[in-house]
Amino acid sequence: MANSNAGGGFIGNLGKIYGGYAGGFIVFTLILAVLEQMGVPNKIIGYCFVILTIGVYAYIGILSRTMDLSEYYVAGRRVPALYNGMATGADWMSAASFISMAGGIYLGGYNALGYVLGWTGGYVLVGILLAPYLRKFGQFTVPDFLGARYEGNGARLCGVIVLFAASFTYIVAQCFGIGIITSRFLGIPFEIAIFVGLLGILVCSMLGGMRAVTWTQVAQYIILIIAYLVPVIWLSTKKYGIPIPELTYGQALQQIAQLEDKLGVVKHFTDAFTNAKGEFTWQEFNNFWALVLCLMIGTASLPHILMRYFTTPSVREARTSVAWSIFFIFLLYFTAPAYAAFAKLEVYQNVIGQPIAQLPAWVQNWSQVGGLLTIKDGNSDGILQLSEFVINQDIIVLSMPEIAGLPYVVSGLVAAGGLAAALSTADGLLLAIANALSHDVYYKMIDPKASTARRLIVARGLLVIVAIIAAAVAGTRPSGIIQMVAWAFSLAAAGLFAPLVLGIWWKRTTKIGAITGMMSGFAVCLFYLVMTRYAPGTFKDMFGTDLWFGIRNISSALFGLPVAFVVTYVVSLMTPEPSKEMQDFVDSIRVPKGVVAAT
Amino acid sequence: MADKLDTARMQAYWSKTSRLMWTIFALWLFFSFFIHLFAVQLNGIKFLGFPLGFYMAAQGSLIAFVVLCVWNAIAQNKIDEEFGVQED
Repeated sequence: MANSNAGGGFIGNLGKIYGGYAGGFIVFTLILAVLEQMGVPNKIIGYCFVILTIGVYAYIGILSRTMDLSEYYVAGRRVPALYNGMATGADWMSAASFISMAGGIYLGGYNALGYVLGWTGGYVLVGILLAPYLRKFGQFTVPDFLGARYEGNGARLCGVIVLFAASFTYIVAQCFGIGIITSRFLGIPFEIAIFVGLLGILVCSMLGGMRAVTWTQVAQYIILIIAYLVPVIWLSTKKYGIPIPELTYGQALQQIAQLEDKLGVVKHFTDAFTNAKGEFTWQEFNNFWALVLCLMIGTASLPHILMRYFTTPSVREARTSVAWSIFFIFLLYFTAPAYAAFAKLEVYQNVIGQPIAQLPAWVQNWSQVGGLLTIKDGNSDGILQLSEFVINQDIIVLSMPEIAGLPYVVSGLVAAGGLAAALSTADGLLLAIANALSHDVYYKMIDPKASTARRLIVARGLLVIVAIIAAAVAGTRPSGIIQMVAWAFSLAAAGLFAPLVLGIWWKRTTKIGAITGMMSGFAVCLFYLVMTRYAPGTFKDMFGTDLWFGIRNISSALFGLPVAFVVTYVVSLMTPEPSKEMQDFVDSIRVPKGVVAAT
Repeated sequence: MADKLDTARMQAYWSKTSRLMWTIFALWLFFSFFIHLFAVQLNGIKFLGFPLGFYMAAQGSLIAFVVLCVWNAIAQNKIDEEFGVQED
């Protein structure tokens, strides 16, 4: 058994430990539900959820502290497939999935299902193309692989640059989400709330690295999935008497369709590829495919996800773990459209058409969180019209329990879930960035003689610095959560997918080919993203159009990806074939058995 | 490197692995893209109360992805055992 070494007692009892933990959390929620009925104020309930859950993560983080390099970087490679699946689920599902995605579907209808597809299907690619082979390679980081396969620090540095750009964009979005939740449920200003949340991130990851992050992520997965499913199951039972929302929301969709006609909504919820006027357009059609592709490829390129598969005991378990990962992720994703449909139905039935003066307290509460909900009586008739109710997609999930009139304890639960999602992803990202800087840049490139203690101190110092910068950038509210996250996927896809996949599947890929391909793909993607976002005027002057082929910049990788592949291919063929040793190395990572050949 | 495979066996192993990869890759293409090209038309059909195009993007393809990942793990493990290259 792989877990017979030190700590086997813990690994051997995982089922018992996490089972007890999940039970404890449910009991805690029930106690708060009873307290709420006895008249304990909402504010206290919100505090209990936020503080207690962060406290538990901190406790796990501190218990998992380590001074061992392999524990710090890859959790000692002792994480069983099932638990790595849960940890990947939490690592994966961020504020964007938990907080924003259902909100996106609420507003965008069918077109936003591109997110649901894009954020699940990529795991098929991870499983068939990458995870088992990266596990066999078995070093600490994704740039490690690039450095070994493409002989040297050039490729390693390129990998670090792409990793940093993608992961940093991503982590800013998570800090933003953490800010929204802590601000709303602790009742403190957004800018301060971000830094409170930051402490929650750091305490999980700083002392124990990957080991601590792994075991807190498992705990966070359990909370986030309970929190996501409870309100939807509750509403499904309340409305249709069946506690399986995935089946019942078909009826909700029909009711929504009827209400859309009554309210004069032209863009129907379930209509595919329609614009705001409800007409089919090729631009919506093309953007749907572009987004699905970029998100899927991005999934198979994001280092914080790929590095989770470095932690399993074997190649076989890495493969099994991909299957567990997508299963645990699937549980949330196939519920998200139900969440959106129920929220839409609630708003249409119970909010629109009400006298504005009589709107419940949640409207007031949410209006105070940075302009995310606005109600303006445009025609001064005192009645809320559909066009007078403007809700931001980032608060739909968090506010839905209140909108639907569920007890406040459900709102607290959802907040705890959203926080778990954002914190767990932020932890994974932070670790990916700090490890790349401390392991790949500092240890491999600057000071290869550094002692273990020194490497761990540098890793932790960098972790804190990166976290503070990310929180500070998030404080400036650069963009919506889901947009920022989609950019991160595009950046990773354009820069990393080609060199990773070709490095394993095409032996002829050369060092120069990979480096030029990687940098040109990444550059095209970054250029398109930055220009269309921050200098649209200049972009238009240069190309005579606002967007290439009407593709929005959340799918920038659509242009970067082909460039990366073509350049890698052409340049590889123009440069001398990789050495015999390198081909043996590729052979050795393709087979589970045996040692990895030296390069 | 006593446990290194000879070239012919390595090639046979890798072609079998590649075939599995391409099969699943093709199904991935089908469920990720191809089926949704017809979302507008499929929406005309009702399935469990859902417009079918919407259902496929919200649930159908997702179920397929889970199945593909499980299948990949099982089938690849079998190939490893067939060639005796599984880990000890």
